[in-house]
Amino acid sequence: MKFILPVLILLFLFLLPLFAGTYLLHLMILIFLYAYLGQSWNVLGGYAGQLSLGHATFLGLGAYTSTLLFIHLGVTPWLGMFVGAILAALCGVIIGFMSFHFGLKSHFFALATIAFAEIFRLFATSFQAVGGAQGLLIPLKGNDLYALQFVEKDPFYYIALIMVILCTGIVYLLQRSKFGFYFVAIRENEEAAKALGINTLRYKVLATGISAFLTALGGSFYAQYVLYIDPHGTFGVLNSVDIALRTIIGGTGTLLGPIVGSFVLSPLSEMIQTLIGVGRGGVYMMVYGAILMIVCIVMPNGVFPYIKRLWK
Amino acid sequence: MDMNLLVQVAINGLLTGGVFAIIAIGLTLIFGVLEIVNFAHGEFVMLGMYASYFLYIFLGIDPYLSLLIVMPVFFFFGMLIQKSLIERVMKARFHIQILLTLGLMLFLQNFAQFAWSSDFRSVKLPYSSSVFQVGEFIINIPRLIACFLALVIAGVLYFFLKKTDLGMAIKACAVEKEGASIVGINVERIYLIAFGIGIACAGAAGSILLPFFYVSPNVGSVFVLTAFVIVVLGGMGNFVGALLGGFIIGAAEAIGELFLPGALKQVVSFVIFILILFFRPMGLLGGKVD
Repeated sequence: MKFILPVLILLFLFLLPLFAGTYLLHLMILIFLYAYLGQSWNVLGGYAGQLSLGHATFLGLGAYTSTLLFIHLGVTPWLGMFVGAILAALCGVIIGFMSFHFGLKSHFFALATIAFAEIFRLFATSFQAVGGAQGLLIPLKGNDLYALQFVEKDPFYYIALIMVILCTGIVYLLQRSKFGFYFVAIRENEEAAKALGINTLRYKVLATGISAFLTALGGSFYAQYVLYIDPHGTFGVLNSVDIALRTIIGGTGTLLGPIVGSFVLSPLSEMIQTLIGVGRGGVYMMVYGAILMIVCIVMPNGVFPYIKRLWK
Repeated sequence: MDMNLLVQVAINGLLTGGVFAIIAIGLTLIFGVLEIVNFAHGEFVMLGMYASYFLYIFLGIDPYLSLLIVMPVFFFFGMLIQKSLIERVMKARFHIQILLTLGLMLFLQNFAQFAWSSDFRSVKLPYSSSVFQVGEFIINIPRLIACFLALVIAGVLYFFLKKTDLGMAIKACAVEKEGASIVGINVERIYLIAFGIGIACAGAAGSILLPFFYVSPNVGSVFVLTAFVIVVLGGMGNFVGALLGGFIIGAAEAIGELFLPGALKQVVSFVIFILILFFRPMGLLGGKVD
């Protein structure tokens, strides 16, 4: 009985492109993308409990790798994205290993991830070989499956939707697996977990790697959808916050948190943008900031647990 | 490499570091006592700059003099922010605390943009470009004054924390807040005061910066990350550390600029940051570690 609602929602989502306009599809694609990224982040930030404010590093690595491979070697992004993901996972493992080996926790780990995020951003900005500050334009190919480019939004919509579903599925399986329980144990009480014999370093690094891998795939998708990437839009602290934001608002460590968070935040920010307009610069972001603060104060456990309670 | 150039650059860096130090001092107090990562800290520096700017433009008050107005006002402003916003997430997980200060940062930065537009402003004071020479080297006077004031503020806070009852209560809360409340210290009141002092320092930094730095809504972002690096470098909660860290980072970035192209000079700070986080998280002079 309780499966009816989710199934109906999924059905609705799959049928949506048949009657939705371009703008709505665009909005939904962004919602799915951020839900996907948030879910990827969730593995490390939510389940393993290590707040990363540097995930844009992985997003950027994914985006830049698949793009550079395509531009310079003609490699299809379908393959390039996995190369990028592996590279990002490697990076994640290195960053994670170094940080956790030196015992960085909570604030300090978050700050370290910020430092890494900014270092990558600065490097990407400074080297012309990867586009520098101007970024990279992906050569337009029109409708080209090999190049992962489409003229209409519909294919992107379905790819994004499937990505969210698969990612959520992966997190679901993770949640119920041995790894998942280890992650949560580490999150709740690392000392106790160690006492139980769990190699906390190994699992934290594993979480970082998995999270990085998934995030990078999202980065490649983003590159293919927007067809232009630059350090400002892919690397750095602000983009990292964007990735983590939906999950934190929706509820970290919950399966549906990233999804709920994304469905709440994206339409909200679109609405504000429409109501207030970009006009007298800054008002939009002011309201955005105010809303962030309000959500933190009123729903410190995230929106999803709140909804869950109302549902009961 | 011209030695003179290197030394001149290092001197400029040290002087800039003095201002960084003032910003970091406020941050380290907040970080040390409340354990809040205040991303909005840079915005209070920015607001301090605007405050002094308008006091100068409309009332002709010299920025250094305006400190007498800015510091108390920002102290109360800080307490207001603490009471209305920060306090409400003190018990929440720190994901939420960080998000709150980020929201505050966005709000304040864009409020400034809305109210005063993104136009860069600056003041030209008779002494803005004054310099004096020591041998071959030129020392910019406002920056020197900034350094001096940084030392004064650090010194005052140091004695305040060590010698007064209130100061010791603040230290107590920083070290062991449950123990502090058991012996009768009103921890919430202490948090209010500590946050207030931290923000007052931020505002003061803004006033001190005004003579030689441009004013714009985005100025805060320029400082905040570097301020964090300094705080960790010096040791969380350690003022003298913040002072020392400020000078080191100032010099490091200035010298880095000589050797590294463009934006990369900041990489120096971040690399130092990571190294400190890994190898000496308590900072050079010792501070809180989680």
